[in-house]
This record gives sequence, C-alpha cells and structure tokens, in this order.
Amino acid sequence: MSVSFCGLELAHPIINGSGTFDAIAARRAFGDQLVRDFPFAAYVSKTITLEPREGNPPPRLWESAAGMINSIGLPNKGLEGYLREDLPKLAEIGAEVGMALGAAPPLITNVMGASADEIARLLEECDSYEEIAAFELNVSCPNVKTGLDIGADPRQLEQVVRAVSPSTRKPLIVKLTPNTADVSLCAQAAQDGGADAVSLINTLRATALAPASAKPRRSWLGGGTGGLSGPAIRAVALAQVAAVAQRVEIPVIGMGGVRSASDARDLMDVGASLVAVGTENFRDPAVAARIARELVL
Amino acid sequence: MSTAPFARRLAKVVGIDRLGAYRVLRVADEGPRAEPGQFAMLAAVEGWGGGSEQRPFLPRAFSIARHRDDETHFLLEDVGPGTRRLCELGNGDGLWVMGPLGRGFREPGEGRRALLVGGGVGIAPLAILQDTLGAENTTVLLGFRDAPRTEGAVLLADAQVASDDGSVGYHGLVTELLLEELERDAHALVYACGPAGMLEGVRAICAERQVPAQLALEAGMACGFGACFGCVVPRRGGGYLRVCVDGPVIDGEELDHVDAHAGAPA
Repeated sequence: MSVSFCGLELAHPIINGSGTFDAIAARRAFGDQLVRDFPFAAYVSKTITLEPREGNPPPRLWESAAGMINSIGLPNKGLEGYLREDLPKLAEIGAEVGMALGAAPPLITNVMGASADEIARLLEECDSYEEIAAFELNVSCPNVKTGLDIGADPRQLEQVVRAVSPSTRKPLIVKLTPNTADVSLCAQAAQDGGADAVSLINTLRATALAPASAKPRRSWLGGGTGGLSGPAIRAVALAQVAAVAQRVEIPVIGMGGVRSASDARDLMDVGASLVAVGTENFRDPAVAARIARELVL
Repeated sequence: MSTAPFARRLAKVVGIDRLGAYRVLRVADEGPRAEPGQFAMLAAVEGWGGGSEQRPFLPRAFSIARHRDDETHFLLEDVGPGTRRLCELGNGDGLWVMGPLGRGFREPGEGRRALLVGGGVGIAPLAILQDTLGAENTTVLLGFRDAPRTEGAVLLADAQVASDDGSVGYHGLVTELLLEELERDAHALVYACGPAGMLEGVRAICAERQVPAQLALEAGMACGFGACFGCVVPRRGGGYLRVCVDGPVIDGEELDHVDAHAGAPA
C-alpha cells in the first residue's frame, strides 16, 4: 500500500505525530528490534527551535477521560544541537531501518519560530542536509510581535508561510493549530502562502486544576496550560480534517486520537493522504505498525 | 541494561497476594528478565478506562519487584484509578506489559557495603536488588507509615523496620536509621527508593557525608521509553532528566533535590 506524498515514496500511509516518538531514546530502550519493526513510513522529529529550550517546569502531564494533557514546552537542543547531535543519530537509525526493511523512512524535521525571520533561518540552515526529506512547520507558537499564535489567524499565517517557503527546496508541511475560529480558512491561507501540504490536528489547548485541597485553586501543570490529545479529541479531528480536505487541493495529513486501522481509515475517507499516530504510541509504541498492516489487509 | 521487546505484550495474572496494605501482583510474563531497578509499564487488558472520570487511560510504571521461577512480581498500593484497577485483577486476567525499561542500579564498587533504604511501596526494586546482591551482602532499612504497611517488609530478608506511628519497629523515620548506620560505618553505597520526602532526606544525608547514593525515582509518565518528556526532574546545574530513560535510578549527586512534583497518573 505504498503512497506518494509530496514527491516522497512511502511504504504505507502511517507516520508519527511530532513529539510522540523519540527514535533515539527508543533505539536504546528497544534495541535492534526497533529497527526491524520500525512502525512509521516517515519519521517526524520533535519540534526544533533556533535556541535550545529546557521545556516547562513539572508537572507536565495530566490524565483526562480518554486522553491526556501535556504541558511539555517543546524541550530541544536548538538548531545547532539538532544538526550536530540528533540529526546524525536519526540518519543512522534511518539507514539501519533501510537495511532491514528495504526502504529508509524519510525524515521530516519539525521546526518552530516566533517570527518569519526565525523560521526562514531554521529552514535555510537545514535545507542543505540530505538526511532531511521535508519540513513540518509548527505554527502553534506566539508571534514575537503580536503575541497571537502564528497559525491562529489566516492572514498572519499566509504572510509567514509566503515569507518562509522560498527558504527551502524541500516539501513544506504546515501543521495547523485547532485553536482557531475556522481551521479550513487557515489551511487555505497556508496553501495560498505556498505550503506543499498541511497536517492537523495539533493538541487542543486545555488545563487541569491541582487537587481541591490546594488553595487557591491553580493549574496542576507547571506550564499553566497544555494540549489535550488522545481518543478524547478524535471526533474533533475528524471534523477538522474533513473541513480542511474539502477546502484545499494540497495533501492533508490527518491525526488526532487514532488508535486503530478503523480510526485511520475514517481520516483517509474524509480526505487525509497520510495519517499520524500520536498519543497511542505512548500506550503501545508498536501500534502504528499494526495499524499499517491492518490497513493493507 | 536489558532492552525491552518493541511492543507491549499480553501476559497473564497468575496470582495476587494480599500483603497488609499492599498487593503482590504475580504475572506469567515471557519477556526478558529485568535488571534490579528497571521497570515496566502495566495496563489491565479489560476495564482500563472505566474507572473514576473514565480513567485510567495511560499505562502505569512499576518497578519489577522480583523474578521468581517463571513469574514476575510487582508491588501495588491502591492510590488512584490505575493502581485500583490493577489491585482488582484476579487469576487468569490479561495484563499488558512493556519492559523492562530504564537504567537500573549499578553494583557497589570499592568494597563498599550495600545499604538498602526503602519507604512504603518503594521497597519493590530493593527486593530484586537484594536477590541479586545476596542477602548476606546487604543491610536493609525500611520505613512505613503504619502497621498494615510494615507487612511489606517480608519482601526483603533481615530488614530493620521503622514506622511513622511507632506501631512496628523503630518509632520514627527510616532516614534516622540510615544516619545511625552511616555513623557506624560510612564506607557504604546507599540504594534508595521511596516517597520523595524520604529520597530527599537520603540524598541530603549522603551528600553531606560524601556517601554515594543511587536513588530510584518515581514519576508519572505517559510512555516509559523517552517519547513524552513528561516525567522529568530538575538536574543539578540546570536542565532536566527524564526519569524513564536517564533513570529511574539516578545518582544523588546528579540532583539538587528530590521534590514531589514529578507525580501524576496514579
């Protein structure tokens, strides 16, 4: 069930959501079996920013009904650390998977910046690395000037995508935020700005309160708010992916609460070309391989 | 370090034994044997999601308490929807297991004696550690809140027991027993696991006396294999450590303090 996506040939339509599978840590935890049974047809890195980030103070997790809230805060080594330390390791894992399975999963590097200039620099500096097949742009980041999430406003999103898209020759996927009035307008804006594809949904902004015994009532999460994910958001994802797929011509990557082949099939039937598995990787890291197998049957 | 098979696997519960306030969950699991201090992520196959507020959703992290014959043992205490559901399991029930995960305890070097300090349900990884080191090579100090919990002490051989309420053994904190032991002979390596307050006490006592300490930390985590970055603790000198892949056993000197914040899914 091979799939063509933005010029990339993928063995099947299942990939991972950014930040839900650390291939480098998984290589250590699971040894060679990770390579032999690598579950994703393309691998999406966690979000890289220009400067290193430590992430939010703990607590960072909350378990909700059929889902979870994370307030991780995008910890990463920064662009330089990514290129120097992580990219060679990811490329090596990719090559090992290629040896074992016949095809290396393309690496999609997810980047985030607080301005068009920052994003352009990230794309430019990564563009020459052959190990990177495509970029995913996380636009759930407050604009350094307006304070508004870059992806929340169609006009702002179009300007940013238009400004940064010439910075790379590789496919540029814009990961839309669901925390906006009309996600299909944002998808249209990304397309008009020059995006090669869109992916959605990101997590829904959410919070949880510390136990009632703590007065005054404050957020349990060290970061104050976080993002809700898991089966709790699948119905929202289905509606948003359907709306976006109807609106744009560029390919759509659908995600949000996918646990099974039937969940993935739903997203594909409303127009997704690829489906990403996110939170369910936490519960079973090999689930994506099973979904891919079952989709083929 | 033992690596885990890449997937959760179906195992069968072969027994659940009441041990005072705790349960020993005995599982027939064909996975690799854990090294002392490693852990596994557990979830019941049935009824995982039907509890209070429709939880639990995520699997829960437990130290491997012991391998005995073909069984793997876990020590449970009912403190939330996940642990409650696991405590309800019976013979023949299905259990999802993923592991062994994480970095376990390292052997004592330099002729140091092994001093095992445990608190509450945190005594679990010290049992498999004692199995590995041999009871004759260990000194064991265990602290519990009250009498029903002190029954957990039978998991280890020759334990000195402290209880907060004085109902069994020494009336006071296990860290007070640790101080006495170190006064007598400080050429030791301390292995500790227990609640955050106890671990912080152990860390501070050992740091002051330059006694090496390996602390098995507990944290709520979504995945157990380094993906979610949810289980972090602050590292000395800045940044964070992931309890799941940098630990759960972390040298005391890598931490400024142990705080209770890492908690969450119970």
